[in-house]
Amino acid sequence: MTDTASGTFNILIVGVGGQGTILASELLAHVALAAGYDVKKSEVHGMSQRGGRVESYVRFGKLIYSPLIPKGEVDFLVGFELAETLRSLEWLSADSKILTDTRAILPYNSQVGEAPYPFDALDRIRQRGYDLRVVEGERLAVQLGEPKAANVVLMGALASLLPVDGDVWKSVIRENMPGKLVSVNLEAFELGYGSGTLTQGHDSSTK
Amino acid sequence: MKSILSGNEAIAQGALDAGVSLASGYPGTPSTEILENISRLGGVRAIWAPNEKIAVELAGGVSYAGHRALAAMKHVGVNVAADPLFTLAYTGVRGGFVIVTADDPALHSSQNEQDNRRYASFTRIPMLEPSNSQEALDFTREAFVLSERFDLPFFLRTTTRISHGKSIVDVSKWDEDAKRPIPGLVKDPGKYVMIPANARVRHRDLEDRVARVAVFSESCSLNRIEMADSALGIITSGASYNYVKDALPNASILKLGLVFPLPADLIREFAGKCGRLIVVEELEPHIEEWVRILGIQVEGKSLIPRFGELDSGIVRRAIEGSGDDFAASGHESESVPVRPPIMCIGCPHRGIFHVLSRKKVFVAGDIGCYTLAVSPPLSAIHTTVCMGAGINQAAGMEAVLPEQHGKVVAVIGDSTFLHSGMGGVLNMAFNRIPATILILDNFTTAMTGRQNHPGSGFDMKGNRTRQVRWETLLSGLGIEHVRIVDAYDLEEIDTALEEEIIRDAPSVIVVRGACMLLKNQPVKREPPYEIHADKCTDCGICLRIGCPAISRKDALPGEKPVIDCNGCTGCSLCFQVCRFEAIEVLK
Repeated sequence: MTDTASGTFNILIVGVGGQGTILASELLAHVALAAGYDVKKSEVHGMSQRGGRVESYVRFGKLIYSPLIPKGEVDFLVGFELAETLRSLEWLSADSKILTDTRAILPYNSQVGEAPYPFDALDRIRQRGYDLRVVEGERLAVQLGEPKAANVVLMGALASLLPVDGDVWKSVIRENMPGKLVSVNLEAFELGYGSGTLTQGHDSSTK
Repeated sequence: MKSILSGNEAIAQGALDAGVSLASGYPGTPSTEILENISRLGGVRAIWAPNEKIAVELAGGVSYAGHRALAAMKHVGVNVAADPLFTLAYTGVRGGFVIVTADDPALHSSQNEQDNRRYASFTRIPMLEPSNSQEALDFTREAFVLSERFDLPFFLRTTTRISHGKSIVDVSKWDEDAKRPIPGLVKDPGKYVMIPANARVRHRDLEDRVARVAVFSESCSLNRIEMADSALGIITSGASYNYVKDALPNASILKLGLVFPLPADLIREFAGKCGRLIVVEELEPHIEEWVRILGIQVEGKSLIPRFGELDSGIVRRAIEGSGDDFAASGHESESVPVRPPIMCIGCPHRGIFHVLSRKKVFVAGDIGCYTLAVSPPLSAIHTTVCMGAGINQAAGMEAVLPEQHGKVVAVIGDSTFLHSGMGGVLNMAFNRIPATILILDNFTTAMTGRQNHPGSGFDMKGNRTRQVRWETLLSGLGIEHVRIVDAYDLEEIDTALEEEIIRDAPSVIVVRGACMLLKNQPVKREPPYEIHADKCTDCGICLRIGCPAISRKDALPGEKPVIDCNGCTGCSLCFQVCRFEAIEVLK
């Protein structure tokens, strides 16, 4: 379990339209409510079907006023896509934890070779000394037979670092997911929960 | 009972609690979900109007009939509705009448970031501004009551973070203690017929009514003082209140929930208790100017930016004078390629813009999904101002640059055309301006999430209704040359364009293809295509149509494009543009 200095948990979830970032942040907000916290969330959407960047802010704690997280005050960055994780570093503090998938979705300019895609994002993040945890959300979800459940794998990994019991998450998943998707998402959650504390390339045990 | 609601969901609930009889509007981010939720939750009539002026006039009629009414729109929608609003303030209401203006500081999805608090002081329509979803619910309920009490329409103003932000709301039942008008028609020309003689009287009366609201503003619970350390006093409202509470937990705050008319005595009282006085507000110095008019020394826009959205970091640094936004965290950004939004896989707008980009014509654009064609690789939109503007811009260009005839077209979506494009085509026909207009008909208002409109054949509830017949409509407006082409047939599009653009008469091409995301239309979804690497010369033309299903997945040297067969809708555009027969239906 992790705690933050202010007792407020600031979580930024980023990805590309269609990856399920908004649904993930909805689940997180409901978990916070169920666990008795005040919670606020906000996102930039409207481009969710159109391949643009999607960012969602979730803040919970004793009393939350602003739905926006100021730059430099994110506690947890959850990245569903490698370039979008890298793009978000300016939101972080020295104590931020990063959970990221290794999924790469190339924007048009990278497709045609006009702007190189940052395939070295993980190295660039490690070089800066962040607490980085790699969660192969998409790969694990594909193994489950439901690629779209990658978002819940990532949420499972995040859950393992938050002070809310995993059972709260599971009941929120049961209440908020369409019936036929509940069991696969519960499995996805468990996979993420198990992998969330794995670190790669950076020792976070002292944090 | 506690739930997590967005501001828009809370406004819908508040309107239903207040017994609203009819709600209308035109979809526009961030306001759209208000009407959608009223329609989903209630038995009341929630209807999409062709534009915001019609929505406001419709709701005004409901109010005159003694029922409660709501009209919801985004900030720029109020510009469209401004004409009736100014005069509706004169006439006043019978049933409570609430107009929601959902503003968009930082332009998350808008063409400007106007601050519609200015419309309140300009039209003399009082305005409430909630700071979170709980207040969005409470203020909406209250606005209907106040509207009847003061015989005035009321604005409810939100911004994107209030509309789309979510927070915990106690939705417990509301016991209203208000005297409601008795429904029915009342003939009272002195109040409802604004000929000059009556309007002069009603203008004086309007100022009396506003003055009564101003008295109310001094002591109502919508405005409140939160005294803490008196060294620093902040006056604020709406989303800004939250940023102030986070950034400056020790400051004293005057939180204004009624932002027009503003309370003079309350502000004087607060200013008198505080040392340094600062107004924190997004965009315009609406409150700051009022405080200055009262002769009170105050800081505001000298510290707080006049553009964009605030957050608690910006507020704290502005007031502490501690440097700019990016210096704050010391965590530099990395260079990462931009990721502009693009048209969906199988989008019916892709083909027309591919053809236009090859023709090197000037394209006067408009507001909708097709505005995305401004981005590479299509790069085929050259103007975008407001709903309906493109047609008239193209006509204006044709009028003064006859030598450019054949080099200018306007594109407009079906929903936008029915919103405010018809007048432009009427003008072209009437004044014999030989422009060519392309109506991109995808049977829906796609950009805001696929709302129905008079061209879709369905109403807000999804029930079948009358559908515009484009040929008849355009013919009625005076256009003799109307062609309907298949949005997925590049050759047909090319031929129609070649012939119409040089025609010495006004012409309209309807480019027809249903939005791929529609569920109630026979969407063209065919077997997927694949690229045969042995025939592919890697010329890149298929990538140049900007389809998200076609990619060099890993961008490795020598890697040829591939088609994601799970995403591909079989629209065939890539097949049509490939000159090497390397693209075929997947076997």
